[in-house]
Amino acid sequence: MKERVIGWLLFLCAALSTMVTVGIVLVLLRETVAFFGEVSLAEFLTDPRWTPNFAADQQHFGISPLLAGSLLVALGAAAIALPVGLLTAIFLSEYAADRLRQVLKPILEILAGIPTVVYGYFALTFVTPFLRSVIPITQVYNAASAAIVVGVMIIPTVASLSEDALSAVPQMLREGAYGLGATRFEVSTRVVVPAALSGILASFILAISRAIGETMAVTIAAGGLANLTANPFEPVLTMTAFIVQVSLGDTPPGTMVYRSLFAVGMSLFLITLVMNVVSQWVLSRYREAYE
Amino acid sequence: MSGEERGLVEVVGAGRPPPPHEPLGSRYGDAGRDRRRRVTGTVFMVVCAAATLVGVVALVALLSDVIADGLGALDVQFLTSFASRYPERAGIKAALWGSIWLLLLTAAIAFPIGVGAALYLEEYAARNWVTRAIQTNIANLAGVPSIVYGILGLAVFVRALGFERSLLSGALTLSLLILPVIIMAAQEALRAVPSSIREAAYGLGATRWQVVWSQVLPLAMPGILTGTILALSRAVGETAPLIMIGAVSFLAFTPTSILDQFTVLPLQIYSWVTRPQDEFRGLAAAGIIVLLIILMSMNAVAIILRNRYRARH
Amino acid sequence: MSTTHEIDIGGRAPALETRDLSVHYGDTAAIHGVSLVIPANQVVALIGPSGCGKSTLLRCFNRMNDLVSSARITGEVLFHGQNLYGDGVDPVEVRRRIGMVFQKPNPFPKSIFDNAAFGPRIQGIDGDLNEIVEKSLRGAALWDEVSDRLGDSAYNLSGGQQQRLCIARALAVKPEILLMDEPASALDPIATQRIEELIYQLKELYTIVIVTHNMQQAARISDYTAFLYMGEMIEYGPTDTIFTNPLEERTEAYVTGRFG
Repeated sequence: MKERVIGWLLFLCAALSTMVTVGIVLVLLRETVAFFGEVSLAEFLTDPRWTPNFAADQQHFGISPLLAGSLLVALGAAAIALPVGLLTAIFLSEYAADRLRQVLKPILEILAGIPTVVYGYFALTFVTPFLRSVIPITQVYNAASAAIVVGVMIIPTVASLSEDALSAVPQMLREGAYGLGATRFEVSTRVVVPAALSGILASFILAISRAIGETMAVTIAAGGLANLTANPFEPVLTMTAFIVQVSLGDTPPGTMVYRSLFAVGMSLFLITLVMNVVSQWVLSRYREAYE
Repeated sequence: MSGEERGLVEVVGAGRPPPPHEPLGSRYGDAGRDRRRRVTGTVFMVVCAAATLVGVVALVALLSDVIADGLGALDVQFLTSFASRYPERAGIKAALWGSIWLLLLTAAIAFPIGVGAALYLEEYAARNWVTRAIQTNIANLAGVPSIVYGILGLAVFVRALGFERSLLSGALTLSLLILPVIIMAAQEALRAVPSSIREAAYGLGATRWQVVWSQVLPLAMPGILTGTILALSRAVGETAPLIMIGAVSFLAFTPTSILDQFTVLPLQIYSWVTRPQDEFRGLAAAGIIVLLIILMSMNAVAIILRNRYRARH
Repeated sequence: MSTTHEIDIGGRAPALETRDLSVHYGDTAAIHGVSLVIPANQVVALIGPSGCGKSTLLRCFNRMNDLVSSARITGEVLFHGQNLYGDGVDPVEVRRRIGMVFQKPNPFPKSIFDNAAFGPRIQGIDGDLNEIVEKSLRGAALWDEVSDRLGDSAYNLSGGQQQRLCIARALAVKPEILLMDEPASALDPIATQRIEELIYQLKELYTIVIVTHNMQQAARISDYTAFLYMGEMIEYGPTDTIFTNPLEERTEAYVTGRFG
């Protein structure tokens, strides 16, 4: 009897995770549906203006500026983290001696463990002044600083997942290539990396998803101005920063501003969910049998 | 000879005298190509090493910046004063105690549930599609942005359940956030326990719970603890979900019950960072130093645990 | 105890020669004081019980032991008189001239064509790639089976076909010597037979050194056999002699199946 009770208790713990997902979807859905009762999907997707704080007849709820902000930061971060992370992974997996690896990996772990608010501080007090001295058109709040620190933040994600993928390539394949008279460079780039490609791609997608979901560093460094732009030296408002902005303000439930928070939250949730699912799919679909 | 064998001799030209042997390093065209390949290889290695250094340099720059800015403001008064409009009098006492309370409360909630879920999935669940769906779901939840958990916490704990902007709401929200991480780490630790241990115990007539409680769990515990501590250190650094549930940044008391309002270190840091006056920058940096010390200590404990665990196996 | 200078290699030029070759991994000696001569265009088999060092010896011939950081090599390996471990010798070039086929077929996760073309591609080709690939696949007796599906993944081939692809891959860089580390041990008997037939043909053009734990195989296909035991070369001579009239007691014990 006791066994069955314990079994059920443990099952409940596991089932809780399902309830969390359901909860997230329901909570977001409720207000999002109310939101779309007032704002058409077409306007949401195509209106180039996001002005929820204006008077009711002047409000615009086009998500494009927020999407542009999130994308600008995420892609800028990816431009840094993907190549640096992959090359780091190749170095750790194919070149570095054991002792060097044992020193470098903890350093990367430390980098990954630093809270995002600290990265925000670093962006505001170090990166932005530096950028402004080098590129004078840079404004105090700008997307580039945010992109740079978010990029540094996700380097460890790319590096460690890619390194796992590279290490999983059987040593047999490397030996086969060496036996044909290949240099270490050729073995790494023509045999190992192509063999690990699915894992590397999955790590890329996961890293970009993290960059899109990143909140505090962009809130601090990128500013709060909804701005549909491709210029990284201007301030932008990301989806995540908007949500923070609204919660810090005085927003009574039932208002359109309140509902827009949930609509943006739903968009954010869906985008990151799709990316994570795609990343899992890439990993499983293209995983080569090494036999 | 078969057709194929004939083909070999014809095509490859056996029967002709073998070409004269050339010593190694003598073939001119090849030597040039080989040199180019060698140079490319060296350049590539340097590029990879440089990339690896980017991370190291960034870390050093970040830490130097923070320490340079904040060391001056870090003193006993800083640790024992509350936040204030006046930078000379401001301190992190409320935030520090809030973080500690929140950490303990979150641990108390998330650890049992996380381990329980992992035990179910590894030791009890049948390998069918339901279990697989739960696993996939957990993996997906691990990738949901933390601010979405904040929205969930706001709607469920603060409003629906009426816990308002309390430590309890904060701890529950953060628990949900780190639960997937704990579950996955605990599952790995459980998987690492050799099945021979379980088989031996079952063979002696033990029930499933007895096997788990007396044999499997003790062996997996170091790994589980390591994963939990790392997950908790992530929770300590979180800001956005707590902003969502309404943790405030101007608090003049430390919490005395779980239903009290609260603030945490990252939130205090954020609030100071956004103030225009330069003095608040120094305070923010000092707060960051304290936060980093707490995190480093937690990670150090986790790593020591992990190494001792590995050494034994 | 070596018998190098006493065997008759039929007046042929030596392709490879080792002089007092030893390999240490850390403190343990994998092989010790091995001296032998491998004549050109012959098949030399290395036999012995597990752990006797035959694979280690084989890997000295193309400097594959360089890849193991704890390996220390002393003595000489002469390739037509040039020491492979001498100053200024590039292991990459060594491996181009002395090819290797491994125990378990290890084709790359690429197409059949790309597998065969890998060597020529990285070394810069002199000639038409299609022609080189076809020649190599013919040389490995695989062409007729795959000529219509060169773009298929190498993993769609059977084990025996994959191993022949690996041989083709090795042949494509035009080595002088082929090293084979138990090339048929992971294959079924029919595939094994095809590999053995192939080796017999290949020795017209290449010198072949083969490690095998299958004594009957060594007796069938090799011209000379070296017996190793616990890192030392006990006896080396023409295959007939080794199997019918060995000089050493331990050799006789091994080939008659009394141990190993």
